[in-house]
Amino acid sequence: MSERPSEIVKFDNVGLRYGTDPEVLSDVSFTLFPGSFYFLTGASGAGKTSLLKLLYLSQRPSRGSIRMFGKDMITLPRGRLPDFRRRLGVVFQNFRLVEHLSAFDNVALPLRLAGTDEAKVLRSVTDMLEWVGLSHRMQAIPETMSGGEQQRVAIARAVIARPQILIADEPTGNVDPEMALKLLRLFEALNHRVGTTVIVATHDVHLLKKVPESLIMRLNKGRLSDPTGALRYPPMPKNNLVAERLGSAK
Amino acid sequence: MNTPPVPDGDLALPHDELGPTEDLAANLSPPTRLSGPIPWVIAILIALVVIAAAGGLALRNLANNARADLADAVTVQIIEADVEGRAVQAEAASDALGAHPLVTSVRLVPEAELQELLEPWLGASAASENVPIPALIDVELSRAASADELAQLQSALDSALEPLGGGARVDAQSQWLRPVYDALLALQYLALALIALVSMATAAAVWLAARNAFINHRETVEIVHLLGGTDSQVTRIFERSVIREAAFGAVIGLLIGLAAVWLLGQQFASLDSGMVGGGGLALTDWIIIGAIPVGGVLLALITGRITIGYALRSML
Repeated sequence: MSERPSEIVKFDNVGLRYGTDPEVLSDVSFTLFPGSFYFLTGASGAGKTSLLKLLYLSQRPSRGSIRMFGKDMITLPRGRLPDFRRRLGVVFQNFRLVEHLSAFDNVALPLRLAGTDEAKVLRSVTDMLEWVGLSHRMQAIPETMSGGEQQRVAIARAVIARPQILIADEPTGNVDPEMALKLLRLFEALNHRVGTTVIVATHDVHLLKKVPESLIMRLNKGRLSDPTGALRYPPMPKNNLVAERLGSAK
Repeated sequence: MNTPPVPDGDLALPHDELGPTEDLAANLSPPTRLSGPIPWVIAILIALVVIAAAGGLALRNLANNARADLADAVTVQIIEADVEGRAVQAEAASDALGAHPLVTSVRLVPEAELQELLEPWLGASAASENVPIPALIDVELSRAASADELAQLQSALDSALEPLGGGARVDAQSQWLRPVYDALLALQYLALALIALVSMATAAAVWLAARNAFINHRETVEIVHLLGGTDSQVTRIFERSVIREAAFGAVIGLLIGLAAVWLLGQQFASLDSGMVGGGGLALTDWIIIGAIPVGGVLLALITGRITIGYALRSML
């Protein structure tokens, strides 16, 4: 039996409001564990994107406490945020590719920001774009690419630096079912083989069934429902490799 | 399913171990167009600074040369209606001045030269004996004399001429030129004030340009931040375009300014006036003028950095 992993993210009574508007998130509490796979679901306007913004450190909460990687994110000076953001991979809902950069340079961005050697950047990005089926579109700029191609570039950019947490906002919304499944398998492979914690926000209930060991986070009008308490305890390790990793994370 | 091709090894380095970000800045620099207004605004402002600086330096040189020529010289006038008495007194005064330790040379201005000097005002009658003209003695001193030393000189002359029943008046040339010096000094301050104002205008133009560039590329900045980019990495992206625009404007401004200075120099040179001739620019002056565009680019760089720094602090 493996040891219980330490938490990687912990939200405690988090509330978020924009300006003087009513709260879009209220009393949100949950814990994410290393190597786990989560789906975040909820109707439009339930607060999924707001919750993801808090997770990828684009927003500070109006109240409550957020700890990530063992550090309090509320009191963390903004100058230290890049260290933590580099541990995250994010697939934004509208992709958010840099418009004047090619597919290659967009995917290379996290590596270059981290100061990675250019030879390694070239090798890694080429492999990654080949893997997502865009080796023939490396020099294309986003405006010349289809929605599906842009989405694959966004996903390649999110996973290229092997993040500890992968956050994806509707990552399969613009691709065909075959590519959606392939991308989901990429997330699973990262989760299983590298131990990346994955959080996928989606409307697609069929997608939830594709990853049986995943945990479901349901948001309803800004409140997180966790009737079974599953979001407070670590899931069982999925295989030996992850078990080893989770054990060593302790 | 194949394992995704995630890179091996640690990819993220701590902030202080990050490699040079020049290539990154080059990759991320938003495409800028030099045809925008800012390079041209900077060019005009730099041209104004070059003209003001050249004018200020020329005035300084003019004042310094004039002061150097006149500060250590006095003129002695012998006012005596009788021609022979005037000549005797002038001789005695010359002797007395020659004996004074502060005096290095004494020249009694010949009467013909005096008449020539006065002819434009008095006409042919300047040569008439009916018009009494004071005798003039040009005296050069070993250094600029103080008021006390001038009084001593006056006293020595009075002692020498008193037995002859005459008198002399000592005029320090620097005294009657003092209002001119003061005017030149005021013009130099005016040039400095103009340079300061134009520098502020340059900084304001760059501030506006950097702020607008930041607003226009806020999406890119946010993406870079969310992917783990630091403030200094973002700042470098904008610095690059600020430097390019400012350098372009500075070079154009320098060329325009130099052309204007050359034209003004030609105009003043054609006056063929001795005083204006002292207002030429020396090598050090040209070096100062040449440094103006460099200063302009540095000012733009600092302003841009501060502007972007403030803008970034408003973001998480």
